[in-house]
Amino acid sequence: MRFERRAHPSRALTILAPICAILLALLLAGGLIAIAGANPLKAYRLILTGAFGSRLGLSETLTRTTPLILTGLAAAVAFRARLWNIGAEGQFYLGALAVPAFCMLPLVSSLPGPILIPLCLMAGAVAGMVLLLLPLGLRLKFGVDEVVTTLLLNFVAVLFVSLMIEGPMKDPMAFGWPQSVPVPDAAILPKLMDRARLHAGLPLALAVAVAVWWVQARSVFGMRSRAVGLNPRAAAFAGVPLGRTLVAVACLSGGLAGLAGAVEVMGVKAYVTTDLSPNYGYSGIVIAMLANLNPLAVIAAALFSAVMFVGADSMSRALSIPSYIADVTVALSLLTMLVAIFLAQYRIRR
Amino acid sequence: MSVLFDILASVGMWEAVLRIATPLILGTLGVLLCERVGVLNLGIEGIMTFGAMIGWLTVYGGGDLWTGLLVAAAAGAMFGLLHALLTVPLGLSQHVTGLGITLFAASFSYYVFRLAVPTASSPPTIEPFRPLAVPFLSDLPFLGPVLFTQTAPTYLALVLVAAIAWGLYRTPLGLAVRMAGENPHALDAQGVDPILLRIGAIMAGSALMGMAGAFLTTAAFNSFFPTMVQGRGWICVALVVFASWRPERALLGALLFAFFDAFQLRLQTVVDGVPYQLFLMLPYLLSILALVLMARRARVPQALMQPYRRGER
Amino acid sequence: MTRVLELEGITKRFGAVTANDDVSLHLERGEIVALLGENGAGKTTLMSILFGHYTADSGTVRVDGQELPPGRSRAAIQAGVGMVHQHFALAPNLTVLDNVLTGTEPLWKPRSDRAGGREKLVGLARRFGLKVDPDARVSDLSVGECQRVEILKALYNDARILILDEPTAVLTAQEAEGLFATLRQMTQRGLSLIFISHKLGEVMAAADRVVVLRHGRVVAERRKVHTSKEELAELMVGRAVKRPTRPPATPGELLLEGVDLHLAGKGGASLKGASFHLRAGETLGIIGVSGNGQTTLAGLVSGLYPPDVGKLLIEGHRPPRHDVPHAIAAGIGRIPEDRNAEGAIGDMTTWENVVLERIWSPDYSTRGLVRRDAARATTEAILRDYDVRGARVDGRIRLLSGGNMQKLILGRVLSADPRIVVAAQPSRGLDEGAIAGVHERLLEARSRGAGVLLISEDLEEVMALSDRIMAIVGGRLSPAIPAERATQQLLGLMMAGDWSTLDDIAAEGVHAV
Repeated sequence: MRFERRAHPSRALTILAPICAILLALLLAGGLIAIAGANPLKAYRLILTGAFGSRLGLSETLTRTTPLILTGLAAAVAFRARLWNIGAEGQFYLGALAVPAFCMLPLVSSLPGPILIPLCLMAGAVAGMVLLLLPLGLRLKFGVDEVVTTLLLNFVAVLFVSLMIEGPMKDPMAFGWPQSVPVPDAAILPKLMDRARLHAGLPLALAVAVAVWWVQARSVFGMRSRAVGLNPRAAAFAGVPLGRTLVAVACLSGGLAGLAGAVEVMGVKAYVTTDLSPNYGYSGIVIAMLANLNPLAVIAAALFSAVMFVGADSMSRALSIPSYIADVTVALSLLTMLVAIFLAQYRIRR
Repeated sequence: MSVLFDILASVGMWEAVLRIATPLILGTLGVLLCERVGVLNLGIEGIMTFGAMIGWLTVYGGGDLWTGLLVAAAAGAMFGLLHALLTVPLGLSQHVTGLGITLFAASFSYYVFRLAVPTASSPPTIEPFRPLAVPFLSDLPFLGPVLFTQTAPTYLALVLVAAIAWGLYRTPLGLAVRMAGENPHALDAQGVDPILLRIGAIMAGSALMGMAGAFLTTAAFNSFFPTMVQGRGWICVALVVFASWRPERALLGALLFAFFDAFQLRLQTVVDGVPYQLFLMLPYLLSILALVLMARRARVPQALMQPYRRGER
Repeated sequence: MTRVLELEGITKRFGAVTANDDVSLHLERGEIVALLGENGAGKTTLMSILFGHYTADSGTVRVDGQELPPGRSRAAIQAGVGMVHQHFALAPNLTVLDNVLTGTEPLWKPRSDRAGGREKLVGLARRFGLKVDPDARVSDLSVGECQRVEILKALYNDARILILDEPTAVLTAQEAEGLFATLRQMTQRGLSLIFISHKLGEVMAAADRVVVLRHGRVVAERRKVHTSKEELAELMVGRAVKRPTRPPATPGELLLEGVDLHLAGKGGASLKGASFHLRAGETLGIIGVSGNGQTTLAGLVSGLYPPDVGKLLIEGHRPPRHDVPHAIAAGIGRIPEDRNAEGAIGDMTTWENVVLERIWSPDYSTRGLVRRDAARATTEAILRDYDVRGARVDGRIRLLSGGNMQKLILGRVLSADPRIVVAAQPSRGLDEGAIAGVHERLLEARSRGAGVLLISEDLEEVMALSDRIMAIVGGRLSPAIPAERATQQLLGLMMAGDWSTLDDIAAEGVHAV
C-alpha cells in the first residue's frame, strides 16, 4: 500500500475533511460515553441544549469562544510559518497578568476607559510577545528547538504568575486567596448581555480574526511568512529575511495569545488567578489544526470547542459522565483531523 | 554555608536523587528510542499521565504492583502504536501528532479516573513499592541507603540503561535502529524495512514512557491526581538533546537533574525570604539551559522528523 | 555464456504515468551492460523493481533462473544482487564499518560480530583494490571514497550482480576511468554489471552491450562493437535534437568581478580565495567535481551570503548591502542549482513563485500589500513567452515537470532583463529537448549583452556555451582558458587540480582576444 499526492485536492474534499473528522471524533467519544453507561445521543443532545438551549448557556458558550479564537489564531499564524509556538498557555497567563500590572502603574488607573482599554490590551499583547521572542531568540541564536522551550516556559509562566499574585500583586482584600489586585472598572470590557458574562471581547476577537486573515492573504508579510514555513531554503533564496520574518510572526502569535489573556481578565474575571485558563493555550493548537490554519475557520473551530466544553459541563451534571469527555472529544478531533487532511491530499494505492 | 553542607551531607537528599531520577531515566530512554529511529514523540507527557493513572488504577483495583507497571507499559505501547501509525506510514507532522496524543492521553486518563473514582475529595491511595534493600550492599555506610535501598523499579531503570546501551551499540538490531534514524533509505537498501523498525521502536519507547508515569503513582507517590506529571515528559525531551541521544549520558543527565531537584526541595525548607515559586521554576529553566548548551554540539540523528517514503528523497 | 539475470515484461505505472512498459532485459556472467536513457526514461524505476524497492504491475525478475519474489530487497540481496545508489545510501554520522554491517546479520542476534565483519571488509577492500578505513566516519570521506563504501557494501553481501546508478555523476573524468578499470577487473572475478547512464562517452568506453530505454520502453539493444555514439544519441533522444550553437562573443565592459573571495562552507565546501571576472556579452563557464565550492560560489554571487574575505564588485561597485534584494536590484538574475528545493515553493501559486524574489519592488507591492494584479499579469506573460506548459497562474506549482519548472524560473529571471545571469547547473536532470531550450535562452541573454556565469558539472554543456572556462577545485579557481582550447582531457586535468600548463594557454587566450 502506498500514498500518492493528489494533483489538485478538490475543494469539496477540503471542506468535507474537517466535518468528517469531527463526526468521527464524536463517534469515538460516543463509544466512551456508552462504555460509561449513558446514551451517547442523549448526551450529545444535552451538550447542545446546554450550550445553546438558554440565554445564559449561549452567553457562556460565546464567552468561552472568545479566548479560544485568539489562542487558535496565535497557533495558526505561528504554524503557518512553521514556528512551533506551543507556549500560548504561558503567553496567555503573562498577557492576563500584564493588565493588572499595567494598571498598578501610577496615574494609569485614573485614565478614562476609552484610553485605558486599548492600552491594557496592548500591554497584554506585548507581554505575550516577549515570552515568545525569548525562545525564538534561542532558536535563531543557538539553534534550540522552540517546541520544547515554549512548552517548558508554560510552566515557568504559571509559576511566575503564582509568584506575583502571592507577592507584589496580591489582592489584600481577597481574604488570603492567591489572586491579583483587581483591574480598575474603567478597564473592564463592556458587557453585551444583561446579567450574563458575554462581553465586548467577542466582537474584538472576530474582528481580529478577519484582520489576521486579510494580512495573511494580502500582505507581503503574509506571503513571506507562508514562504518561510513551506520552504525555508527557497524563501532564503528569494531573499526573504528568515530571522526578521520569524520575529514578526512571533510578535503576532505571542501578541495574539497575550491578547487572549488580557481580554479574558478584562472581560470575565477582573483579576488573575492560576486557574484563569482551562487550557486555552493548548486548545488553541487543536483549534488551529481543526481550522487547517485558516484564520476565518478558526472562528468555527473555536465555537465547536466552546460548545463541547460548556455543553459537557451541564451534560455531566445530568448524566454523571465526567466532563473531561469534552477534552477527550476535542483532542480526538485533532487526531482525526490530521488524518482527514491527509486523506484529502493523498490517494491510497495498493 | 553550613546549611548547604548539611543538605549535601544528608543521606535523605542523596537517596531522593535516584528516586526522583527514575521516571526521568525511563522517560528519557523512551524518547531516545523514538528519536533514534527518527521520530519525535511529544506524546510523552500524555503517555506518562496515562501510565500513572492506569498503573495506579490496576493496583487500586486489586492487581499487584508489577502488574500495574506492566499494564502501564502496555498502554504506553498502544499510544506509541497510534503515534507511530500516524507519523510513520502516513508521515503526518510529528509535532502536531505528538501534541494530539498528549492532549488525548491526558484527558482520557482524567476521564477514566473520574469514572473509576467518581466522588472522592482526596485521592484514594494504594500500597506502593517498598524500598528493597540489596543484601550486604545496603549495609555500606552512606552508599548503602543511597544506592542500594531503592524500590525495585529504580533498579529496573538502571538495568534498562545498560541494556539499551548494549543493544544500541553491540547488536545488529541496535545498528539497524541507529541507521533508521540516520538514513532510512540506506536501511531499506540493505533489506531491513525502516517502517516496521520505526513502529517497533516507537512502541518500545512509549512503553517506557508509560512505565515512567506508573513509577510516579506506584513508587514515588501512592495516588493519582490530574496534572501530576507536571512537565516531566517535556523535561525528558530536553534531556535527550542534553544526552546527545546516548543512553549512558541520558542516565547522567537525569541524575544531574534529579540532584538539582532534590537540592532545591530541601533548600526551600531552610532558606527564608525567597519565594518557593523560584525554586519550582528551576527544573524548567535548567532544562532550557541544557538545551542551549547542547543544541549545537549534539549529534542529531540526521533523519529526525523526516518521514520515510520509498522512492522519495 | 550463462544468463545470470533476466527481467521479463516489466510494466510499472505511477498513476497515469507508465514508467516501464513491457521491459525485458538480460545480463550474462562477466558482462557489463549499460542501461542508457534520458532523465525520466524509466531506468531508475526499472532497477528499483529489480532490487525489490518497487513492485512491478506485471513481469518477472529471475536471478540464475530463480524467480525473485516481488517487493523484497532482502530477497534480491540474498540472491546476489547489489545496488550502488546514485545518492549514496550512507549514514554520515556512522562509521564505514557500521554502514557496511547494517542489515547483514539476523536482527535478533544478541551480539554482532564486529571483529569478523571488519576482517571480511578489509579482505574485500584489499582484493578489489577499494581502499577505505573501516573506522572512519562517513562524513569525513570524499565522494570517491563514499562510492567505494557503496560498492563494498554490495560486495560484503556477496553480490555477484552489481547495479550502479549513474556511478560517475560525482567523479572527475580520471576518477571515472579508474572506476571503470576496477569494474572491469571485477567482471574477471565473475561479477556481472549493469550501469545506468545517460553519458554516451562512458557507455561506449565501458560497456559490452547497451540497452536503450526511452519513455519507459526498450527501443534498442546493441553490442558495443556494432554501434556508435551518434546512433546511440539518436536512439536515446528519439529524434535529432540539435543543441543551439554559440555565435562568436563580443565581450564588452567588465560587469562582475570576484576578488580573492573566501567564505566558510555554507552547506557545502568553502571558498578559499576565488577570483574571476565576467564581461558583458560573454559566458564564463565554471566546471568542477561537485563539492569543490561551486554551490558556495553560486550562493555568494546570488546574494545569499557575503564573503568572509574579499569583495564582489558589480560593474565596479560594491552594492551597499550584500543580500538578495540588492543583488537583484543591481541586475543579477539567478538560476538556482536545485530548482525544487531552492527555486520554487511547491505549495505556493505560480504567481507567488514568480514575484516572491521581487516582492520588495514597488512593481509588486505598495505599502506592505501585494499588488496581485500586477503579479498575475507578469506571470501570465512569462507563461506565454516562455511556453511553460501545465501551469496555471493561480495553481500550485508542485506538479510541474522539471523542464517546465526550469522554463518558469528562466522566465522569472530573464524577463527582468538582468545584466548578469548566474546559472548554476541549469540543465541538471532535464531531457534533451528541455536542455536545448535552456541553452537557447542563455545564449540569447548573452547576445543581448548580458554576462553569463555558468556553473556546471556537465562538461559538454560548458564547452558548448562558454567563451572562457575555469575549474573550481578546493574552493579556488583555476586560470581561465578560452573555450576553443578546451578538450575533455584538458578539462579533466583542470578539475583534478593540475593547472601547470594553463597559464600558457590562458596567456595565449589573452593575445587571441
